[in-house]
Amino acid sequence: MIDFLTLLQVLDSSLRLATPLLLVCLAGLFSERAGIFDIGLEGKLLAAAFVSAAFASITGSVWLGLLAGILASIMLSLLHGLASITLRGDQIISGVAINFLAAGLTVVIAQDLFGQGGRTPPLKSGGRFEPINFPGTTSSKEISDAGPLMQLYSELFSGHSLLVYIALLTVPISWFLLYKTRYGLRLRAVGENPAAVDTAGISVIGLRYSAVVIGGVLCGIAGAYIATSLQANFTKDMSAGRGFIALAALIFAKWRPWYALGACLLFGFFFAVDTRFQNILLPAWALSGFLIFIALGLMSYVWKKDLLDKVVLGGLALGISAIAIMVISSVWNSGISNQIKIPVVFIQSLPYILTVVVLAGFVGKAIPPRAGGQPYVKER
Amino acid sequence: MTENPAIELRKISKSFGPVQANKDITIRVMPGTIHGIIGENGAGKSTLMSILYGFYKADAGEIFVDGKKISIPDSQAAIAAGIGMVFQHFKLVENFSVLENIVLGAESGALLSPSLSKARTELAALASEYELNVDPDAIIEDIGVGMQQRVEILKALYRQAKILILDEPTGVLTPAEADQLFRILKRLREEGKTIILITHKLREIMDSTDTVSVMRQGEMTATLKTNDTSPEDLAELMVGRKVLLRVDKTPAKPTKPVLEIKNLSMVDDFGVQRLKNISLTVKAGEILGIAGVAGNGQSELLEVLGGYSAATGVVKLNGSEIDLSTSVSGDGQARRALGIAHVPEDRQREGLIMDFMAWENAVFGYHRDKSNQANRFFMDNNAIRKETEEKMKRFDVRPPNPKLTAKNFSGGNQQKIVLAREIERNPNLLLVGQPTRGVDIGAIEFIHQQIVALRDQGKAILLISVELDEILSLSDRMVVMFDGKIMGERQPANTNEKELGLLMAGVSEKAAQ
Repeated sequence: MIDFLTLLQVLDSSLRLATPLLLVCLAGLFSERAGIFDIGLEGKLLAAAFVSAAFASITGSVWLGLLAGILASIMLSLLHGLASITLRGDQIISGVAINFLAAGLTVVIAQDLFGQGGRTPPLKSGGRFEPINFPGTTSSKEISDAGPLMQLYSELFSGHSLLVYIALLTVPISWFLLYKTRYGLRLRAVGENPAAVDTAGISVIGLRYSAVVIGGVLCGIAGAYIATSLQANFTKDMSAGRGFIALAALIFAKWRPWYALGACLLFGFFFAVDTRFQNILLPAWALSGFLIFIALGLMSYVWKKDLLDKVVLGGLALGISAIAIMVISSVWNSGISNQIKIPVVFIQSLPYILTVVVLAGFVGKAIPPRAGGQPYVKER
Repeated sequence: MTENPAIELRKISKSFGPVQANKDITIRVMPGTIHGIIGENGAGKSTLMSILYGFYKADAGEIFVDGKKISIPDSQAAIAAGIGMVFQHFKLVENFSVLENIVLGAESGALLSPSLSKARTELAALASEYELNVDPDAIIEDIGVGMQQRVEILKALYRQAKILILDEPTGVLTPAEADQLFRILKRLREEGKTIILITHKLREIMDSTDTVSVMRQGEMTATLKTNDTSPEDLAELMVGRKVLLRVDKTPAKPTKPVLEIKNLSMVDDFGVQRLKNISLTVKAGEILGIAGVAGNGQSELLEVLGGYSAATGVVKLNGSEIDLSTSVSGDGQARRALGIAHVPEDRQREGLIMDFMAWENAVFGYHRDKSNQANRFFMDNNAIRKETEEKMKRFDVRPPNPKLTAKNFSGGNQQKIVLAREIERNPNLLLVGQPTRGVDIGAIEFIHQQIVALRDQGKAILLISVELDEILSLSDRMVVMFDGKIMGERQPANTNEKELGLLMAGVSEKAAQ
């Protein structure tokens, strides 16, 4: 079995991997709560990663890199705002365009500036955000001998870069801003019914731009984090789909800040498991039991539904049960406590599976902001 | 003593491209009065009020509030000038609480909770002053339309509005809710507020206003004391010609039964029983009207008869039973093949496809008829277009252009397209739901004449309307529905609104006596 220290190490790496997701997810939250869908999160993250790595590399200062990354991300946000708020264009198309723009431009400019095949040079110390060690922590050499509390303190709480703590702080700040201030009330209102905001004498355009810019700042911090803290340089497509996973987390979190923290930590945990273990071994009885449990859950869910639901989901349940039976029968001779290998790709796909489950309405309803995706036009 | 008008507009003009929506409008609204503005759809009433509320900027003209000239570039300025507006479609955030909606845009500081608690206190004061009770913590989507409208009024009062504009406020209300609204408005007038009521319903003007201004085609045609005028005069001013407000018809000569309904029951998708043992007969040459407050099963009855909801029971057309299963032999097309024409209640959702052209809409439901086919594979589109144009002329659809998309016609003209489609097929039975909802007075007259003419040809007509006046003036026999049941049958000539009101509220005949 996994010992306590290994578990802590996995959690520690979950936190680090969840950080960019969380920042991007909150960026999307502000934007979508104001009624602007933001498919371009991925592009902004990538652009910010490149610009911050490039600036940090050239100037040698990570702070200038962070600032430049944030500015780059804000520029792209304003572009998205111009297309979707001022010019009332299609928000999805504008977002997709930003993704393509960032994917292409970052590599081209990196090649032109540094000539290292679309990368930036590795950052030296001073050009990176270094881990912050809390007072009284044990060094990594002695940690296996320390007590569990000390291990928890040194491994999980301490030793992250400043940006991780900032990301964690943005959760309560976002919550406070959204639910406890005048600005938050108006922001949520403009994503639900902009006409109500307009007739109350508040500028719809101003509010939406402000939300998009906040999203830009958060994406910028996330980009700087992956290029100057998680890694030590920029590489091609280093955002690796995090922008899209953050969107999935946003839906999973039902557009709420604290839920977003939970969703991102969960998704970060999947990534950590994925990088730490090549394959996961489970006893056959546990695996089959789990599968049959899911199949039974599906069956009871569709019991009172329409015929179509019964056919589709019932079929799925039958398929899952069939896999469970196959698992049992394959290990029948050698005993059902035999270990079964679960491929790691399955863990990688879990965030998406979970999002589909939430979207399908199994776990409560995920209702997006009602005016989301629609440009605001005054009606006659 | 001369009192300054609460609002005075001088020579306001506004055009949208080539369309002149307002032309040299001048109007004086005196404080402490209810001032009605009446006119047909598209006469420019809403544009004028949108200018007053800062939604549009006038091309020319001046606005005076309490005798002082002001400019209103945006809604903020209108609010500051003491003008509040209740739009026809409410501007509320559906998943916010009542309190949050009222506070939105009028918060007292950057933090929310002091604003909310201040609003809570003030709301309680307003509620007792004007008898406008609402639960401040209720979520908007959970409360009824009448309540939502109160929230809109409270929103304006919370912003210290002295002048309240209501745009078609009764369009979405039941008669009882509308009565309540007018009581509230009169109460507001007693407290010294000025109210501008925009409507196209003559009765509301006659019942509740002090002064009335009439608009036609962007111009202000008259401003009159309500006591000095009559509905007939107002209708003439609105339309520009004499209008018959009562339907002109001879007594019906009913013959054999066409539609016979026995013990019809229907349960909807949510398991609620919508129709409870309905039995009815409609004879050839008569109009049977079904009255009732919206949502008491009238819509479901039309859906069942029109072939898009399944039901149990027996329905006979000219003596032979029809399939109530919504399968191929009982769907809308099968119904039309039997000669059951259907003018649905919601013409924009059920009657027409708004993005399709008039000629395409004019053939739907009958597009598989032999007469519409050029050969085995193709429809005869040219012939359909030509025929549609003729129909449009016969039914006075303006403009009579079959290539215009449905959404470009006004409500009345859309309804005429649907009527032309259904009536011109010479049906045995016509089902009509809300034939004149949102339709101009001039078009109402025309539509009523067409329905009566069809009756006089010896057809059976089943009319459903929430407008009691329409049922009373159009039908030869009427029944009242409540909670999916038929409460009783009356002769329109021998009944009165009080008796019908009791039936509509579910008070049975015995209890009413």
